Amino acid sequence: MALITCQNAAFAYEGNTAVSNLNFAVHRGDYLCIVGENGSGKSTLIKGLLGLKVPQSGSVWMGDGLQPNKIGYLPQQTAAQKDFPASAYEVILSGRLGTRGILPFYSRVDKKIAEKNIKRLDIGNLRGRCYRELSGGQQQRVLLARALCAAEKMLLLDEPVAGLDPVVTRELYRLIEKINHETNITVIMVSHDIHSAVKYASHILHLQNTQVFFGKTKDYVQSEVGNRFLGITRRQESGGEAGGGEGSD
Amino acid sequence: MIDILLEMFSYTFLVRAVIVGLLVSLCAALLGVSLVLKRYSMIGDGLSHVGFGTLAVATAMNASPLTVSIPVVVMAAFMLLRISENSKIKGDAAIALISTSSLAIGVVVISITTGMNTDVCNYMFGSILAMSKSDVILSIVLAIVVLILFVIFYNKIFAVTFDETFAQATGVKTGLYNMLIAFLTAITIVLGMRMMGALLISSLIIFPALTSMRVCKKFKSVTICSACVSVLCFFSGVVISYLQATPTGASVVIVNIIAFLLFWTANSIIRRGYA
Ligand SMILES: Nc1ncnc2c1ncn2[C@@H]1O[C@H](COP(=O)(O)OP(=O)(O)OP(=O)(O)O)[C@@H](O)[C@H]1O
Ligand SMILES: [Mg+2]
Repeated sequence: MALITCQNAAFAYEGNTAVSNLNFAVHRGDYLCIVGENGSGKSTLIKGLLGLKVPQSGSVWMGDGLQPNKIGYLPQQTAAQKDFPASAYEVILSGRLGTRGILPFYSRVDKKIAEKNIKRLDIGNLRGRCYRELSGGQQQRVLLARALCAAEKMLLLDEPVAGLDPVVTRELYRLIEKINHETNITVIMVSHDIHSAVKYASHILHLQNTQVFFGKTKDYVQSEVGNRFLGITRRQESGGEAGGGEGSD
Repeated sequence: MIDILLEMFSYTFLVRAVIVGLLVSLCAALLGVSLVLKRYSMIGDGLSHVGFGTLAVATAMNASPLTVSIPVVVMAAFMLLRISENSKIKGDAAIALISTSSLAIGVVVISITTGMNTDVCNYMFGSILAMSKSDVILSIVLAIVVLILFVIFYNKIFAVTFDETFAQATGVKTGLYNMLIAFLTAITIVLGMRMMGALLISSLIIFPALTSMRVCKKFKSVTICSACVSVLCFFSGVVISYLQATPTGASVVIVNIIAFLLFWTANSIIRRGYA
């Protein structure tokens, strides 16, 4: 049984459809990358999967024992305000809150999990710092640690590498892959880094305000849409050399 | 100094007022951190005006002020919360509408029934003599309930204040905790209003939080610091008002202003020290 299933789902803002025709299922242990241009509806879909947005039509449902409090989420932009007085540690630990239910305080296990994720992301030196005084990339890593604290079954990441330096980016991809392999936590990630996406993900979902591709990564790189998208980005990255790598795969 | 305190506390009404006042300033300071950070400070202000209206109506009906005010102000709190969640700008205007309407209703009711007298002044600016014995007991019980609920839900209040979307995404019932915050705020405002006055009570919520945010960098230390600041300021304010025969509410606010300026200066000195 699938963890999350979308059937003919569409999401809209005040009646204007942002993304439609979604038909896919995510199973335990999958690593799904959602790709597409700016404004193609990726973040909207993520919000829909989290239940923060109700589908305009169609349906989205969770199965296989998945519940909102077993999902770790990294938003593209946090609602958190710039001048909020909170230490990085307080922010990270708050990722455990969903698992607490109505219990009021964090247990020793919660604190241990927080420590483990602090170590994983190598941010022990940020622990006592004030969140608002961290750099953008440091804040991103703190929020990632928070998401990892909440991720018992699934990790939903909206552009996790935006704002990170190349070294940290590479390490982050490795870390996510490791978490996905070793603990069998399902990963759904929005990314503009299409090359890393096809390198690490098991499945690709390509959006263009509608679903244009969903399937295994190896099928994506051979599909026409995949080739076009990979080709475009490759050409742009190599400085616009005409036809650089189009269709060479 | 000790003599003055002993002399003060030989008056029963002062003892009552100080006990209730200390508990209310503690509650107000704790909730204030969340309200200020959520940009809900205006709600506190709006509620105190609603409280003024209900006090006037309760007096006119010869009913017990607290028992009439609490349910009405709690309902108003839920309403204001709804309005400000839906849209920021309209929320501001709606709060102003509700505040001024309640103020107007209150003033009209008072002038029809008892005539504009010292009562109005007392409601507006507070009076330390306002507490009867049953009021005191009710206030103490409610204040303790507010404190216990705050401690139990501290972690949730932090999460809902810091990043509501994330909290909601991970299965925390954010709507419920927003309502809890509004509920506790409403009770705190009603309890403190008659001593501090309808026009001044929101300062008890806003000042300590802003003051401690000058210096503290963690949510927990901001919370603890504002609780201490609030209690100290209230106590000094009462002593000053006793010595100088100034109105209690206003004296407490003045002390809060001084504390804010002190913390602000301290922070700029520390900052410059690092640079
Ligand atoms: N809060 C909002 N209100 C109204 N329309 C919105 C809102 N958020 C997004 N949209 C619209 O929905 C569409 C999809 O937006 P979405 O944020 O999902 O894009 P995205 O794929 O995540 O883009 P990006 O790569 O820039 O993050 C866009 O056309 C956008 O204008
Ligand atoms: Mg997006």
